[in-house]
Amino acid sequence: MKPASFEYHVPDTLEQALGLMSQYADEAKILAGGQSLVPAMNFRVAQPGMLIDLNRVNELSFIREEAGTFHIGAMTRERHLEFNSSLAKRAPLLTEAAPFIAHPQIRNRGTLGGSIVNADPAAELPVLMLALDARLKAQNASGERWIEAHDFFAGMFTTALASDEILVEIELPFMPLRTGWSFMEVAPRAGDYALMGVAALVTLDENGKCKKAKLVYLNAGDSPVDAKESARLLEGAALNDALIESAAAMASEKEINPFGNIHTSIDFQRHLANVLTKNALKQAVKRAEENLQ
Amino acid sequence: MTRSFPVTITVNEKEYKREVEPRLLLSDFLRHELGLTGTHVGCEHGVCGACTILFDGESVRSCLIFAIQADGHSIATVEGLAKDKDDLHPIQQAFWEAHGLQCGYCTPGILMTLVPFLKQNPNPTEAEIRHALSGNLCRCTGYQHIVDAVKLAAEKMR
Ligand SMILES: Cc1cc2nc3c(=O)[nH]c(=O)nc-3n(C[C@H](O)[C@H](O)[C@H](O)COP(=O)(O)OP(=O)(O)OC[C@H]3O[C@@H](n4cnc5c(N)ncnc54)[C@H](O)[C@@H]3O)c2cc1C
Ligand code: FES
Ligand code: FES
Repeated sequence: MKPASFEYHVPDTLEQALGLMSQYADEAKILAGGQSLVPAMNFRVAQPGMLIDLNRVNELSFIREEAGTFHIGAMTRERHLEFNSSLAKRAPLLTEAAPFIAHPQIRNRGTLGGSIVNADPAAELPVLMLALDARLKAQNASGERWIEAHDFFAGMFTTALASDEILVEIELPFMPLRTGWSFMEVAPRAGDYALMGVAALVTLDENGKCKKAKLVYLNAGDSPVDAKESARLLEGAALNDALIESAAAMASEKEINPFGNIHTSIDFQRHLANVLTKNALKQAVKRAEENLQ
Repeated sequence: MTRSFPVTITVNEKEYKREVEPRLLLSDFLRHELGLTGTHVGCEHGVCGACTILFDGESVRSCLIFAIQADGHSIATVEGLAKDKDDLHPIQQAFWEAHGLQCGYCTPGILMTLVPFLKQNPNPTEAEIRHALSGNLCRCTGYQHIVDAVKLAAEKMR
């Protein structure tokens, strides 16, 4: 189908974009990569009165490193995350997960900021923001504020952003030393939204014991699900298969809350979560051990 | 009706000046305004890949971009691939020889996906080829001959 008509603004600077947002917050929507918004408009599920297109605001497209942290502009394309060599070194979880986001042609347009603000519980990037302890910078005409990824996702397609705020920057700390990672998901076909997926991180101490663990799930609730209790089971211990199995059982049975959909029952999602968690944790531990030497 | 805006869009190295309403999709601009019907439209929500074109050299869905966003940009469509009907692009020639199409509906989108892919990856593995094509649906071939055609094209272009 075709989108309903709308007014269109295409600012060249962030300042102009913020000005437009403060003037038209009630009717305006940001147009980033358009890979979620335009399909919704073509279906007429979304009929915004106005679009403010950020595609010419070049200052929002960057990947910089500073003092152990990445600063990434909200308009950075998913494809640039996938092929950035610094991210591959210092945040390899992101590099591993990027090819699972949709298809190459969609990643050429889709942006980091757009995927985060879209807040689809089945999307990869929101899960990665939680797993990697991201901070998100929101700005409106009167100022800026930083929001922890943990406080950002407020439910299905809902975030902590106010209607006049633009997500402008994402701050990602480098993954700590001796950290192993793994991202795994199961989708009906390559590029489809996954039925279940997990990002696992394991940081070992000097003696090879687990210092910190993280398990974050997609399509497992109405926002990304951070299975903190299950991860805590692993912390302080020398990791073995029995512990990994208990953590996987706890996360898949107690901590996630999947809904099922036309492609999968809830039971099958829990089953997938269990198997994926075991495999992902084993791979993360192996990679962390390789990083010990 | 909303206002129309003037745009200048380069398509297959030719410059076009038109007035467009903001809601006009780039796919419809190409097909209806310029008569370039080689770009096909299957789903209009990003799933099928039939409408894939090059936007400043990168493969994208033309059904998920508004024509007005292409103002000042350079577009390439399947019509720009062959110099002449007897002088096909090597990827087209390989599809011809390896039977990489049946009805041909998916073919323009697949070709436009492959142009940048084979440039960046001149010696792809079968797994890489299948990943590159994961965003293009074909209801006829079962993909096997498409994959064969991509391998043949890569050989021709090396
Ligand atoms: C066929 C298909 C398959 C897909 N599969 C997947 C998948 O497997 N996994 C996945 O994660 N995604 C998938 N996607 C979605 C894709 O990753 C989108 O690109 C992404 O979710 C949205 O990013 P965008 O830049 O295109 O945002 P847009 O579509 O432009 O915007 C999305 C929403 O966010 C708002 N917004 C955007 N940027 C900002 C900002 N900076 N500040 C404030 N508000 C903003 C917009 O107003 C809009 O409401 C798929 C899309 C398609 C079409
Ligand atoms: S018509 Fe654009 S992807 Fe199907
Ligand atoms: S050849 Fe018919 S859809 Fe691909």
